[in-house]
Amino acid sequence: MTKIRVLAGTRKGAFILTSDGKRDAWEVAGPFFAGWEIYHMKGSPVNPNRIYVSQTSGWFGQIIQRSDDGGKTWTTPGGGPQKSPQGFPAGESNRFVYDTSEQTGAPLTTHQWYDGTQHPWEFKRVWHLEPSLTDAEAVYAGVEDAALFRSADGGHSWQELSGLRGHGTGPHWQPGAGGMCLHTIVLDPADPERIYIAISAAGAFRSDDGGKSWKPINKGLRSQFLPDQDSEIGHCVHHIAMSPRRPGVLFMQKHWDVMRSDDAGDSWREVSGNLPTDFGFAIDVHAHEPETIYVAPIKSDSEHFPLDGKLQVWRSKTGGQEWEPLTRGLPQKDCYVNVLRDAMAIDTLDDCGIYFGTTGGQVYCSPDGGDHWKPIVRDLPAVLSVEVQTLS
Amino acid sequence: MSGALVQVEIPFHLRTLAQVQGPLELEVAEPVTIATILDALESRYPVLRGTIRDHGTLQRRPFLRFFACAEDLSHQSPDAPLPEAVAQGKEPLLIIGAIAGG
Repeated sequence: MTKIRVLAGTRKGAFILTSDGKRDAWEVAGPFFAGWEIYHMKGSPVNPNRIYVSQTSGWFGQIIQRSDDGGKTWTTPGGGPQKSPQGFPAGESNRFVYDTSEQTGAPLTTHQWYDGTQHPWEFKRVWHLEPSLTDAEAVYAGVEDAALFRSADGGHSWQELSGLRGHGTGPHWQPGAGGMCLHTIVLDPADPERIYIAISAAGAFRSDDGGKSWKPINKGLRSQFLPDQDSEIGHCVHHIAMSPRRPGVLFMQKHWDVMRSDDAGDSWREVSGNLPTDFGFAIDVHAHEPETIYVAPIKSDSEHFPLDGKLQVWRSKTGGQEWEPLTRGLPQKDCYVNVLRDAMAIDTLDDCGIYFGTTGGQVYCSPDGGDHWKPIVRDLPAVLSVEVQTLS
Repeated sequence: MSGALVQVEIPFHLRTLAQVQGPLELEVAEPVTIATILDALESRYPVLRGTIRDHGTLQRRPFLRFFACAEDLSHQSPDAPLPEAVAQGKEPLLIIGAIAGG
């Protein structure tokens, strides 16, 4: 029997929401890791019961948690013995060290700070975990300050893919309002060597050699806050989505502007069309219709809530430009929540389900591609991320 | 190992992470300092490595502080001997998170 498992990371813990394929009645489990910020949690496509979690705290640093039974039990897989001699959990999951070795590393240079001065690279947290499409032991981590790490042993140890941070433009990267974070990792199912990432506010980059070397892919992006409108880097990319059915076609929610690339990011064109505002964070693509895309428009970069207090998802069935509002079941007055960049997800049932979480603690589900919405939960802590697993 | 039996209190979130309750009693190699206490703490509870002090530099994380015997010891050398009452297990070393945030 088909089962849906939604993984919701929140400001105060992790929650797992489960339903059958009807997606009408839900069970809520959690909070797991109560009181900690859960930036992201995601299951392995190879072994769906393996779930990786980024558990983080401004006080205590970074922890990686892992479940091998679909979220029933958890371990900290990192470093050293799996259990200490006294039987207490082992750890060191929070050991993310920039690679500065002569053999494989890149010098730990500085990046641009908010005031334009140079600032040392400092690890702060893991924003996004992206399990490998082919190996349950392999997982990528996008971190702040911006860098990409990879574990080949289920989160036991992490190695930086330093060619990205060491890209020659690094000293010009600058933090967005949320920090200088690598928040998006897209793996290409057709080409295991191809990886896309995005950094606020450096832009999008692509590797065609498994993460060894990188090129900026920001041609066509225009950002009013930049002195050079066509700068190679410096764009505040909020999120990138790609249909696994059509690798190479990318959709981007930028700080302002919704963008599209048909050539694996080599060039972009704006497809904001008739959107009421093209500021936003989340974007995703329908599981079976690669020209059907979803965004959650937000009023502006100064007012991070829906326009006119109406929470709306907008859908384009034409790959952009022509958009329609999806409102049935969503609050259409007095709603002032935000939908963050990793807080939208899509299941793979025939009648494709769309999910998103809000900073007001709601997680909404539409079991019919966006036509009708219902809250799965209404009162969680602020939702930072939503992922969904379609289990059979 | 023979050493001093020392009392340590850690913040709630680190107790849940390490799966312990209440004050901890640790056998610590002498001399009893913040560094030797943290060495013993991290040896017994490896999951705490990196949560109180940085993995590499061993610097105290910015939002944590060390108190004992009504004194703030956060800025003293981690290798400085702690008060005798701590070394004798009569007073705990308190590891405290800054009270801030929502």
